[in-house]
Amino acid sequence: MTKLLLGRYLPGDSWVHRLDPRTKLMASFYYIGIIFLANNWQSYLLMFVATMVMVALSKIKLGFFLRGVRPMIWLILFTVALQIFFTKGGTVYWSWGWLAITQYGLTNGAFIFMRFVLIIFVSTLLTLTTQPLSLADAVESLLKPLRRIGVPVTELALVLQIALRFVPTLMDQTTKIMNAQRARGVDFGSGNLFQQMKAVVPLLIPLFVDSFGIAEDLATAMDARGYQGGDGRTKFRILQYHQPDIVAGLAMVLLTVGLVFLRA
Amino acid sequence: MALIDIEHLNFAYPDQTKPALRDVSLQVNAGEWVAIIGHNGSGKSTLAKNINGLLAPASGQVTVAGLPLTEANVWAIREKVGIVFQNPDNQFVGATVQDDVAFGLENRAVPRPEMVTRVHDALAQVNMLDFATREPARLSGGQKQRVAIAGIIAQRPEIIILDEATSMLDPAGRAEVLTLIQQLRAQTNMTVLSITHDVDEAASADRVVLLNDGEIVESGTPAEIFTHGEELLALGLDVPYPERLKAALRRAGATMPKDYLDEEGLVNYLWTLHSTM
Repeated sequence: MTKLLLGRYLPGDSWVHRLDPRTKLMASFYYIGIIFLANNWQSYLLMFVATMVMVALSKIKLGFFLRGVRPMIWLILFTVALQIFFTKGGTVYWSWGWLAITQYGLTNGAFIFMRFVLIIFVSTLLTLTTQPLSLADAVESLLKPLRRIGVPVTELALVLQIALRFVPTLMDQTTKIMNAQRARGVDFGSGNLFQQMKAVVPLLIPLFVDSFGIAEDLATAMDARGYQGGDGRTKFRILQYHQPDIVAGLAMVLLTVGLVFLRA
Repeated sequence: MALIDIEHLNFAYPDQTKPALRDVSLQVNAGEWVAIIGHNGSGKSTLAKNINGLLAPASGQVTVAGLPLTEANVWAIREKVGIVFQNPDNQFVGATVQDDVAFGLENRAVPRPEMVTRVHDALAQVNMLDFATREPARLSGGQKQRVAIAGIIAQRPEIIILDEATSMLDPAGRAEVLTLIQQLRAQTNMTVLSITHDVDEAASADRVVLLNDGEIVESGTPAEIFTHGEELLALGLDVPYPERLKAALRRAGATMPKDYLDEEGLVNYLWTLHSTM
């Protein structure tokens, strides 16, 4: 379970790893935005090449990215199928009642498939090369302007940071409680769905109670160490843009120009 | 004037009729190591929380480094008093070792360049520099408590309170933390108040205060306190093994020294006793 949540990050020292997390976060969102500009083979080819360059720069094996596509594959195929069967226009290759496979349908289906895969690749690239903690820092830094309209950004960031920090602790706790309940005869992971759900109750309740205990202890410790809310604190971890971040930004601009030039 | 001055302190938890602390008066001088011992529920931890304002006394006066504990002074006092709590996991705020050490400094708005050197120095003092970027999940209990101590010495407090800080550690971790405290005291002459039911921890203190049902029963050097073996046992406390052995030998007719000896001291005493016979 730990792998599921935190194991996505692959430690490394590639060009992509060293980018500022804010750059990566913004670039990923920007990329997902501009991919909707692509509307013909040439523009999709450009996006494909650009994505492959990013993947190559991360020095992470392609297999990790393909694994990112797998959980989404049914959603992708369903959407592609809708496109293929319901887009009308061009040469009709096959038809049955109101269903028809047309030329436009096929190209649209292929484009949608491409768009999905590229978006997944880019978001996978973000999570594989950026630690969750750095992402939290990036979100805090980027949302800072919202403080002016009263959003408690620093507090939320601290909550997020503490949540990330306590994931392994709670995992340990879960294992401990599971073992303790097993010793008392609870059978996890067997029986029908209803029985399995019932087995989770003696796990969840102690975990829930424990979490409150931990929260109370933690709050006391934070109080004792002088925590008085988010205002007026200095920060130990700082984010700094470097030259590669400028390069990455320029690359995004060039990609946009290329797309606008190539699209139909 | 004493660094910590507690006068006639009374405290009761809101949901309990019996007071947790009754007329407690205690003075701790600068540079002193005072151990507060007592069985579970004797009010030890409550006393610690009354010193830095985590709990507010019902009556009586607490003064820390000349500052009376009031609503206005509470943050200034917390700056002078660092507490290491019992559970190593539940006081680890930062995502990594260095982030956790920096947490208290961030709260006090210490400028970042100074923060970096203070974090580095504190980690060096507790010998955890190699672990600076580690996550807490990959540390042992003893290491986590060392990080907690680093987080406190980075704030440069005048007093460090160990609130049963070693009670959840294995014997190796306990020894690790105690040795560290002894080293730190040798280097910085820090004032230590340790709340414990570990007799070895109490034995390394300058003074031991015995608390029972919220009242101070006795106060004295470890030697004075531990020679009253039976009384301690009656209060539900353990007596250090060398003391129990001494009492047994005394009953068997051997002459034993009056002051407290640790295990090594007793071994030395015993073999020299034998060789002089």
